[in-house]
Amino acid sequence: MIDNLVIPLLKIIIVLNATLVGVTYMVLLERKVIAWAQSRLGPMRVGPYGILQPVADAVKLMIKEDITPVRADKWVFTAAPIIAMVPALIVYAVIPFGDTTRLFGREVTLYISDINVGLLYVVSVASVGVYGIILAGYASNSKYPLLASLRASAQLISYEVAVTLTLVSVILVAGSLSMVQIVRAQESAHVWFLFVQPLAFGIFFIGGLAETNRAPFDMPEAEQELTGGFHTEYSGMRFALFFLAEYANMIVVSSVATTLFLGGWLRPFPNVATLSFLDFIPGWTWFLAKSFVFLYVFIWVRATLPRYRYDQLMRLGWKVLIPLAILNLVVTGIVKVLIAL
Amino acid sequence: MGQAIAFYALSFFILFFAVLVVTTKDMVHSVLFLVLDFLFVAALYVLLGAQFLAAIQVLVYAGGIVVLYLFVVMLVNLKRPPEAYQDPHRRRNLGLALSAAILLEVGAIATYGYVNPAPALAAAPLVPGISGNTEEVGWLLYTSYLIPFEIASMLLLVAMIGAIVLAKREL
Repeated sequence: MIDNLVIPLLKIIIVLNATLVGVTYMVLLERKVIAWAQSRLGPMRVGPYGILQPVADAVKLMIKEDITPVRADKWVFTAAPIIAMVPALIVYAVIPFGDTTRLFGREVTLYISDINVGLLYVVSVASVGVYGIILAGYASNSKYPLLASLRASAQLISYEVAVTLTLVSVILVAGSLSMVQIVRAQESAHVWFLFVQPLAFGIFFIGGLAETNRAPFDMPEAEQELTGGFHTEYSGMRFALFFLAEYANMIVVSSVATTLFLGGWLRPFPNVATLSFLDFIPGWTWFLAKSFVFLYVFIWVRATLPRYRYDQLMRLGWKVLIPLAILNLVVTGIVKVLIAL
Repeated sequence: MGQAIAFYALSFFILFFAVLVVTTKDMVHSVLFLVLDFLFVAALYVLLGAQFLAAIQVLVYAGGIVVLYLFVVMLVNLKRPPEAYQDPHRRRNLGLALSAAILLEVGAIATYGYVNPAPALAAAPLVPGISGNTEEVGWLLYTSYLIPFEIASMLLLVAMIGAIVLAKREL
């Protein structure tokens, strides 16, 4: 009873809440880092150094007027933010934050579930998330959101191919689809897959930027061309849901990248015995630290790079990343067969 | 017991959304009900222990193909050209004939299943020495079902090339 029901439920509650808090503070972090990159201070008024800014933002968004355009498709308009948010959250079900640990005299696994098709689950749930964007644009019954949502869906579908192909080469190396098994494979191979699959890592990272609609690929919300992007007609909490979904997706991409390429909860150089004094740091700390590095790079990239043009984006996706990903996959397969001989 | 309840609940939803797909007037809503339908079918696969198939169902059908449906429905002009005169009973007769055929088929399957009940699902893995849903599917695809698998992939390749040729008149 306790093992089957109470503990998983507690884990779900903790992970969901941690994610939502993390997401709101990601927004603050982004504003701060970009401000520093531009020699500004960023939010400073609410709380010391502005650390209560997310609370103020949340209150503001909740008490704002919630408008549905008259000619909008009401049901779809209401459903779109929910459809965008839910896939971003349920992906956390298979992400391993740490190994099995003892908590309060009980063996607890630091992941909600370890399913045989874990990585495939991540990809398939993420592929449903695109509906939120398409439907938001369509249901608003407004020109710019529709254009933005068409751009967004074309972009997401294109980059999904490249990203999924890189995942296949990681699966080939690890020999499993389960996220936990992939981390264990890195433990027994004594090396992070970042060093085995550097090309796959690069493609995954670029594809991740495009999949989460982040700069320099933030075409769907290019303010200069599209007023606000696919969520132009949304206000208040519904707008906030789109906003939070984007940041939740960033955390998902970072966690998946950490799990696949940076050894998940493993400490650096898991094979070097002289570094074993690092073992007192719990695994989930490593996981969070590695994910944080990714999130920081996401923001850093946004502060640094200008936006791509739409045709450049498509050319990069179809003519560079996908062929490279296929090449990487073929080479990985050949090397794997040669090693096995 | 729990499995039976889950099965009937899922089947109810699958049929319910399938009916909504064909009866809804708004085409975009109809496509959305199709997505829901596919998701419930995926849940049915999970119930049957076919997690790999469930994930693929969501990835390919709900997340891939229906997005393209949605594109077509949203972008194609839906105003129909005036139709030429047709026998008003033609459609009804066709529909009646089709539903009669399907009814016969379902009846035949039900009778067959009643006469020869299916053997209970084996708890042991289908392929000895291999554990895991994905591994089993892969093993079977590349051993027992290699030829159908290759034919299907050939067919997809032909369709892909055909689509490119149709879309680009001048290559």
